[in-house]
Amino acid sequence: MTAARFGHTELPEEQQAALRRGKRLTWLSIAFLATAITLMYLVMGSSQAMKAAWAEDLLSLIPPIAFLVAVRRAKRPPTPEHPYGYHRAVGAGHLVAATALLTMGLFLVWDSASGLLKAEHPPVGLVEIGGWSLWSGWLMIAALAYSAVPPVLLGRAKLPVADTLHDRVLYADADMNKADWMTALGGIVGILGIGVGLWWADAAAALFIAGGILKDGWTNLRTAVGALMDARAETVEGDDPHPLVGDIEDSLRTWGWVRDARARVRDQGHVFHVEAFVVPVAGHAATLDELRELRERLVELDWKIDDVVVAPVEEIPPQLEPGERAQEHTDV
Amino acid sequence: MEVARRVPGRRAVVAAVVGVLVVLLATVAGCSVTIPTDPDDTLTHVTGGTLRVGVSVNPPWTDFPDGTGSDPTGSEVALVEEFAGTLDAEVEWTAGSEEALVGQLERGDLDLVIGGLTARSPWSEKAALTYRYMAVTGADGQQELHVMAAPMGENAFLVALERFLLDQDLPR
Repeated sequence: MTAARFGHTELPEEQQAALRRGKRLTWLSIAFLATAITLMYLVMGSSQAMKAAWAEDLLSLIPPIAFLVAVRRAKRPPTPEHPYGYHRAVGAGHLVAATALLTMGLFLVWDSASGLLKAEHPPVGLVEIGGWSLWSGWLMIAALAYSAVPPVLLGRAKLPVADTLHDRVLYADADMNKADWMTALGGIVGILGIGVGLWWADAAAALFIAGGILKDGWTNLRTAVGALMDARAETVEGDDPHPLVGDIEDSLRTWGWVRDARARVRDQGHVFHVEAFVVPVAGHAATLDELRELRERLVELDWKIDDVVVAPVEEIPPQLEPGERAQEHTDV
Repeated sequence: MEVARRVPGRRAVVAAVVGVLVVLLATVAGCSVTIPTDPDDTLTHVTGGTLRVGVSVNPPWTDFPDGTGSDPTGSEVALVEEFAGTLDAEVEWTAGSEEALVGQLERGDLDLVIGGLTARSPWSEKAALTYRYMAVTGADGQQELHVMAAPMGENAFLVALERFLLDQDLPR
């Protein structure tokens, strides 16, 4: 019952429920993947497409494990040694997962492309199960079909949870799950291709699957590196600036003694750390009480905002002004 | 915006994949292609024709008691002769070392290589090893799972051979 915090941030009811649901869905994913990985390994044979699909399922274990480890770590309150808390555990986990995906994607692209170039003809023969013998391609197709549907459902269930928790690792995981059926379908096409005597269909399907893994790796690496570089706070989908930044600035400007205000918001993963720069009206010297009020108002805005520093300044630091340079930068 | 851009891309991929699937299934149904099919038609060529078999000496499975110029003997030789009979094929024997014979198999100069091969054979990268059709206890007390070597990816031929071998009721 102590799971209700991220660092020293206490989670509201909605986020607590989302966290429980996220963990449950993640454990469910891991359990399903364990069965799928075992099944695929048993029927894999010498098909390249099966190998790639199996590797993809094996790699799919990393993000859910990273999520579980990260939420455990992020629970710890800040300490003198870690004054910002342990939120960055999420980012570190994400980076590791992305690197693994990218490496495996590169390896599999190389592996299947060289299989295609060397015109390797995959042998797929009979298997015997309990006195019955059948073409093992049918078993491969059955295993791929089994692995196709549950991830899509799990992915769809995880997306809103990732959004509520503002958790990028869970989001990336859900996004990958949602596209998992394409891997299975690609693999099935490859095996059917072998079945009708198109030797290249297998390697081509493997290349398609490997391309998917590579793309996932690249997308995740970019997001993870961006987060660790303290890029601007964005929505969990990573498409738009996070609306809270605007809300913070608007809230600051409602005070009569504030002439101008800008906030620098650092996305720690789950929670935001906020540095608010306020310019008092001419001749006004902000008192400690006024600054405390500002800070308290910001913390009330959203559960994600807890660690807030308010600094009175004579002018807004130039890198925070939405000037031409900043505009140019975001367009890149 | 990102999402909006991605969706049609995925739909196109889905459409393409489904299209390929439909074409494949249509091919199977329309031309009465059997699954699996040989890319290089080995089974078709062998049926009613010649089965070219490489034999590496390894008694009691394979042997040339009267020299490599004469007909081979051994339990695997007998199995292959019977298999050829089911396909109405003549057997053409070639003697050689395992390495030389696997090379010929790879180049398409042979249809099958025998020589007491087991599932632990290192040739699995170069040849399609059949399902282990027989288990025997070797001289060192270890279990040996016997296989034969077919050309890579000639899956109709491979399956025909495996089906014949599994029908023999050998100890497995």
